Amino acid sequence: MNELALLVAATLAAGTPLALAGMGLLVNERAGVLNLGAEGLMLVAAVAGFATAYHTGSPWLAFAAGAAAGGLIAAIYGWLVIWLNTNQYATGLAVSLFGSGFSAFVGLGYVGKQIREQPIDGVPGLRDVPLLGVALFRQHAMVYLAVALTAGVAWFLYRTRAGLVLRSIGESPQSAHALGYPVQRIRLAAVVAGGALCGVAGAYLSVVYTPLWVEGMVAGRGWIALALTTFATWRPTRLLLGAYLFGGVTMLQLHLQASGVQIAPQFMSMLPYLATVVVLVLISRNPLWIRLNMPASLGKPFFPGG
Amino acid sequence: MEAPARTPCAPLRENVTPPRLELQHVTKRYASLVANDDVALTVQPGEIHAVLGENGAGKSTLMKVIYGAVRPDAGQILFDGRPVQIRSPHEARALGIAMVFQHFSLFDTLTVAENVWLGMGRDVPLQRVVDGIRAKAAEYGLELDPQRTVHSLSVGERQRVEIVRALLADPKLLILDEPTSVLTPQAVEKLFVTLRQLASTGCAILYISHKLDEIRALCHQCTVLRGGRVTGHCDPAQETTASLSRLMIGAEPPRLVHRESKPGEVALRVRDLSLPKADRFGVDLDRVCLDLREGEVVGIAGVSGNGQQELLAALSGEDPRAPAGAIQLFGQPIGQLRSGARRRLGLHFVPEERLGRGAVPSLSLAHNMLLTRNESLRLLGWIDRRALRYQTSAIIDRFKVKSGGPGAVARSLSGGNLQKYIVGREIDAVPKVLLVAQPTWGVDVGAAAQIRGELMALRDAGCAVLVVSEEVDELFEMTDRLHVIARGRLSPSIGTSAATVELIGEWMSGLWPAAPSDGSGASIGEFP
Amino acid sequence: MIRLEARPAPSGLMSVLSPVMAFAITVAAGAILFAALGKDPVQALTVFLVEPFNGVRAVSELGLKSTPLILIALGLALCFRSNVWNIGAEGQFLMGAVTGGGLAMWVTTAGLDLSRWAFFPLLVLAGAVGGALWAGIVALLRDRFNANEILVSLMLVYVANLFLNWLVFGPWKDPQGFNFPQTVTFASQTEVPRLIRGMRLHWGFLASLVAALGMWLFMFRTFTGIQLQVGGPAPAAARYAGFSSRAAIWSTLLVSGGLAGVAGAFEAAGPMGQLTPHVSAGYGFTAIIVAFVGRLHPLGAILASVVLSTFLIGGELAQSRVGLPSALTGVFQGVLLLSLLACDTLIQYRVRWRGAR
Repeated sequence: MNELALLVAATLAAGTPLALAGMGLLVNERAGVLNLGAEGLMLVAAVAGFATAYHTGSPWLAFAAGAAAGGLIAAIYGWLVIWLNTNQYATGLAVSLFGSGFSAFVGLGYVGKQIREQPIDGVPGLRDVPLLGVALFRQHAMVYLAVALTAGVAWFLYRTRAGLVLRSIGESPQSAHALGYPVQRIRLAAVVAGGALCGVAGAYLSVVYTPLWVEGMVAGRGWIALALTTFATWRPTRLLLGAYLFGGVTMLQLHLQASGVQIAPQFMSMLPYLATVVVLVLISRNPLWIRLNMPASLGKPFFPGG
Repeated sequence: MEAPARTPCAPLRENVTPPRLELQHVTKRYASLVANDDVALTVQPGEIHAVLGENGAGKSTLMKVIYGAVRPDAGQILFDGRPVQIRSPHEARALGIAMVFQHFSLFDTLTVAENVWLGMGRDVPLQRVVDGIRAKAAEYGLELDPQRTVHSLSVGERQRVEIVRALLADPKLLILDEPTSVLTPQAVEKLFVTLRQLASTGCAILYISHKLDEIRALCHQCTVLRGGRVTGHCDPAQETTASLSRLMIGAEPPRLVHRESKPGEVALRVRDLSLPKADRFGVDLDRVCLDLREGEVVGIAGVSGNGQQELLAALSGEDPRAPAGAIQLFGQPIGQLRSGARRRLGLHFVPEERLGRGAVPSLSLAHNMLLTRNESLRLLGWIDRRALRYQTSAIIDRFKVKSGGPGAVARSLSGGNLQKYIVGREIDAVPKVLLVAQPTWGVDVGAAAQIRGELMALRDAGCAVLVVSEEVDELFEMTDRLHVIARGRLSPSIGTSAATVELIGEWMSGLWPAAPSDGSGASIGEFP
Repeated sequence: MIRLEARPAPSGLMSVLSPVMAFAITVAAGAILFAALGKDPVQALTVFLVEPFNGVRAVSELGLKSTPLILIALGLALCFRSNVWNIGAEGQFLMGAVTGGGLAMWVTTAGLDLSRWAFFPLLVLAGAVGGALWAGIVALLRDRFNANEILVSLMLVYVANLFLNWLVFGPWKDPQGFNFPQTVTFASQTEVPRLIRGMRLHWGFLASLVAALGMWLFMFRTFTGIQLQVGGPAPAAARYAGFSSRAAIWSTLLVSGGLAGVAGAFEAAGPMGQLTPHVSAGYGFTAIIVAFVGRLHPLGAILASVVLSTFLIGGELAQSRVGLPSALTGVFQGVLLLSLLACDTLIQYRVRWRGAR
């Protein structure tokens, strides 16, 4: 039983970067902007976060650096696709490719360096509860922040006027523009916010989850986060659950490897990626349902001049 | 049709109150044309003022200037006698200007109340908006439930949301852009009642349209635009259709020569076509019956959103789900055939959207031939480019398409010329059956007359033509028989000469007499 | 604030000028980067951009690196024009290397006596089949289940990588290879025939040029080619014309998968002569950039491949001669694509700098 509790704990930790990045992507997709550059953003933020932690010793500064890096690159991306109306798919890919190259380049000096392992304090008091305490309350603060963030984003989208405006822009930027809303500026804000969240996720990976820097260490999580937004039909709570699901698959695979299951490690490592494919197939089977829930203007260019 | 008596205009207040809106020397230029050229316009409080002009005359641009979506290059705007700068829709709203767009600015997945809330200033809580909607709707006799989601509303109901949104702002000037294109004749009357009530409270109304009869029935004054310039200013009730036409297009409306039709055998037969919708926002087709004979033009009237798109998709082959026997071409069941196969059998289709559907915007006119014509293809799909250019040039010449030649890309053509090309492409294929959707929508009067003439010539040559249109006038001009489509059901047909606009309007609400039980969709009141 | 004003017709001048401007921006960015790293920008740029052309051997190396880029980019150009976003060409490349390399390995260990000319078409076939099958999975999932091809093809890249890893660490590991993750060296008769004696440039390069010509004819001179390119920009027109979007998905994915697979087979059986985990230098992703820089046009793909191969080789040279990290290549590629996308806007739009409308 204690093993199960440990597995749950590991799942929460593994799902957190997916939740953070996914939540960021959800926000900008709700505004109608697709960001295929998520993987590149996370990589650059990871190296920025690691470097900051290495030089300053402060994990929170590292998270801030990650957010800043993610936000900055997202701003450039946003300027290109929102104001210059470049193709969102191509530009997103370009950002991903740029991000992986740039992070590899900048990170050269940090390969093999070590930073202080982050103390996991958990929730005082609750952490000592048997079983549940092990499972749920001995996590890094960022894990709880991710949960709080989910609640915050849900409240923002469905209970505030600003969230309503965002959703309406995602559905029909032309109508929102006709009503006088600054569509481009709001979209840019959403993209930058989303990029910053992806950045925090990247920094979390390199500073808390596995405190090191290695080229390509995000290992496709940015892409999985993109799949998650579709899986969650753009709803925050579902996204959090989906993130934990994927975290669970990753942990399960490691657990099975460690317990001596007789399958080659490479096949076990394939599990999260194959799981993503399976999930995509299951979700997309009903095109009507997707179309109903998807922000109608997602990925399409918007010209305010009409 | 006889213009019914108008309610009198609010008494002229001479030199005491300034005009609600005054435009002086307003000019707006775009890269390739001058949309508004030295335009002057004056609207008094309580006046319903028409802005008349054909497509492309500059009406929309002028409204965008007044509404703040576009800034003029020259000229002055005076509101209640004071010069103003309208830099954004926000500022327009602050002045008291409200606009009901032709293409609604509504969000399908949100409720009526949320939609209206988004169109208002920030400080009002949602509940107050809900109450305000109920109050305003009651005041004007409009039925509207604030909690319904917009996607479940009909087109007419959606317009009511736009109108209530405008009314809640207590406007001093209300602008309506082509409001009746989506309404049945009865609903048009209800709209006019609402507008007259609003005008009587002192609100000024700008009514943009190209429908002469409506303008004569409703409006006190009229400014006519042509090619960006004001060509005249008048009281529409004192004018005839001919004189208004002269102001609008510089000549009398071209008369179509209507020869008596000699219908031959049945080319296209539709029996009990029922088809569930393919799309959540679509319309189910319910036991549609239709006979289309060679040498005649049959029209289908109806406000958009009643199943026209679905019916045309089923007939043209874009939607091949119909039972094979439900649609027969010269006796051959084609319900399951795709559009390519139906074209090979002689059934062609002109869709209502030009750019993006009838033609690919980024391809040349020559390459756009390949969408529906394959005469220039050789072995293994190799394109004979010389034959293709020749074929394209022939169509350009015959149908007088103004373009840069066969190599010009489709989006470089004006709307009218592109429509001439697409219609020409299909007519040139010498089809046995031609389906046409909205043949002259958004097309200038000259091109529209030409297109209608070509379709009549096609009919005279023995082709069976089906025209689906929202413009009842056009159908009366062109067709031999008429159906009406309402909520996915098709009425029996009626000879055009035996029909009136009022009757068609009633049928649009689904109130037609039951058809004879032989299921032939046989027509009413027609010669045997 | 920038305002975009649509041009009445696309500017022909800008179509030509835009890639030049993008290149210039990239070079400028590179110079700044070099200076920031404490190197002489002019010297570094020369090594990066000019040295790769210095001499016959250097040019032949350029051709060698261009071969897989051209082949993959041709297929991607077709896909992207049809609005099918095959991002997983890297995975299809790897699977082609597996099947092509597998064939070569089998010939080697079975000791078959084949001439190189007989083996060459078999290699092409094996590579094409491997890549096409891998892409076929993406097509199947998109066709039957509507699953987004970007994410599926990308996930399959990770899977293909791990699969190759397993093969060379496991069942295909050379027993005499000192436990290194590699297969046996392929017999010389499986090697792709070389073009010039003493150079590594091989027939694959000619094959890629032939493929470019074939793709050009297909795209612009055949009905199917035109048909495939309608679905991207105008899906409603494709439905109206009766062009099957399902056929488009399958044909574009199979063709691009096949081309990527052939590129992989050439890499494995060509200069490498064995399978290792490093058979790809990220060609599948670089080819995406090649496709865009080449304007999704077969001729452009050839020119763009030369540019990007220059970056690849320049990066290696810069590392050995100037002490700059080879990871720079990735940065250059990314900046080039981003600048190109930005400059391309100028083809359709004029830029107005004022705040007024």
